[in-house]
Amino acid sequence: MLDVVNLQCTRGDRRLFSGIDFTVEEGELLHLYGHNGSGKTTLLRTLCGLVAPSQGEVRWKGEAIRNQRDEFAAELLYLGHKNGLKDDLTGIENLLVACRMAGLKTKQDQAWDVLERMGLRGHEDLPARVLSQGQQKRVALARLLLSQAPLWILDEPFVGLDVAAVALLENVIAGHVANGGLVVLTTHQEVALTSGKVKKLRLGWKEDGHV
Amino acid sequence: MFDAFRVIIARDLLLAMRRRSDVLTTLFFFVIVVSLFPLGIGPELDTLRLIAPGVFWVAALLASMLALEKLFFVDYQDGALEQMLLAPQPLSILVLGKVFAHWLVTGVPLVLLSPLLGLQYDLSGDTILTMMITLLLGTPALSLIGAIGAALTLGLRGGGVLVSLLVLPLYIPVLIFGAGAVEAEVSGLGGAGHLSMLGAILLLSILAAPLATAAALRISAE
Repeated sequence: MLDVVNLQCTRGDRRLFSGIDFTVEEGELLHLYGHNGSGKTTLLRTLCGLVAPSQGEVRWKGEAIRNQRDEFAAELLYLGHKNGLKDDLTGIENLLVACRMAGLKTKQDQAWDVLERMGLRGHEDLPARVLSQGQQKRVALARLLLSQAPLWILDEPFVGLDVAAVALLENVIAGHVANGGLVVLTTHQEVALTSGKVKKLRLGWKEDGHV
Repeated sequence: MFDAFRVIIARDLLLAMRRRSDVLTTLFFFVIVVSLFPLGIGPELDTLRLIAPGVFWVAALLASMLALEKLFFVDYQDGALEQMLLAPQPLSILVLGKVFAHWLVTGVPLVLLSPLLGLQYDLSGDTILTMMITLLLGTPALSLIGAIGAALTLGLRGGGVLVSLLVLPLYIPVLIFGAGAVEAEVSGLGGAGHLSMLGAILLLSILAAPLATAAALRISAE
């Protein structure tokens, strides 16, 4: 489904990574890891089409993503470092705007249900700026529960979450993979799945455990 | 496709409601700049009537510039821009929606307030009406053209100053035909020709500016 062919990315004069090849099929999870500055975030942004690769290409269903931008975008959910939340909007409003922008016809009560499942009961109609880091992350991650996109690209989804939220998120991701979804994520912790296949890809030149 | 257009307009209007100070800054800037001239020049009505079109239009230009900085910057900072770039709709439609919402909160108030300010310059009813029509046609064009500059300088240091240097020269045609229409009306020549040109500029910018802005945003967001 998602094919990466001989991908290379440069930032200024510096080559971040080159010769990256991999494939992610339905029901698979790709766990990207590597030291800080190894280009994980850039690779994810390249997979989404936010960054143009200097060489190689990313293909979705056999066709380069730059030739089918809107079709690919409809099947992709990307959550980056920045949550994309508006400080002045409430959790509900943020979630509804994000879903509707992604082309979903999400109803008000669906959004309330989902935020409650994310453990935000009682905080749904507070502006995002008064929520804690972890709560903001939960609002952003609530989109996963409403999404119909087969491909999820998640940049450090576990950062800032408490133990209960990490467990919940692991369940959500495992459920998506079990339903034939594709997940590409970066994280520094082990990802356990009950079903489906976990692939790993290490970026960078440093050995594990060395600074 | 128009769902996303509506969603983004509704979102930006709601945000503007929650953060009224940003909107009011532009409006007060316009009011103050326009009011400074009668104070500086003194109550010579002939002179004031003569300079009014130019003063109004230059003030509108500067007010529109001032508002540009925030157009994409907040979205860029909080990550909402990334989500816009990855939305399954053409980016230019979203840009058009954003600029339209931006014009509703920064351009329309200027148009509505101009009759009141026109009294300071002893303008006749007809002149004020022409002024309002030119501003109504011209300010959306300013927002659309300015959006290109705002998108190009996104994330650059000193972007604010750079935007002025990039965008102000592009504003010149709007200034010439906007102020020219009012002057032609006052001198009895009739401003219809100038107004048609303003309309043409507006149509052209509605067609071309969102595409250029979308391309610039893709580059800036990399």
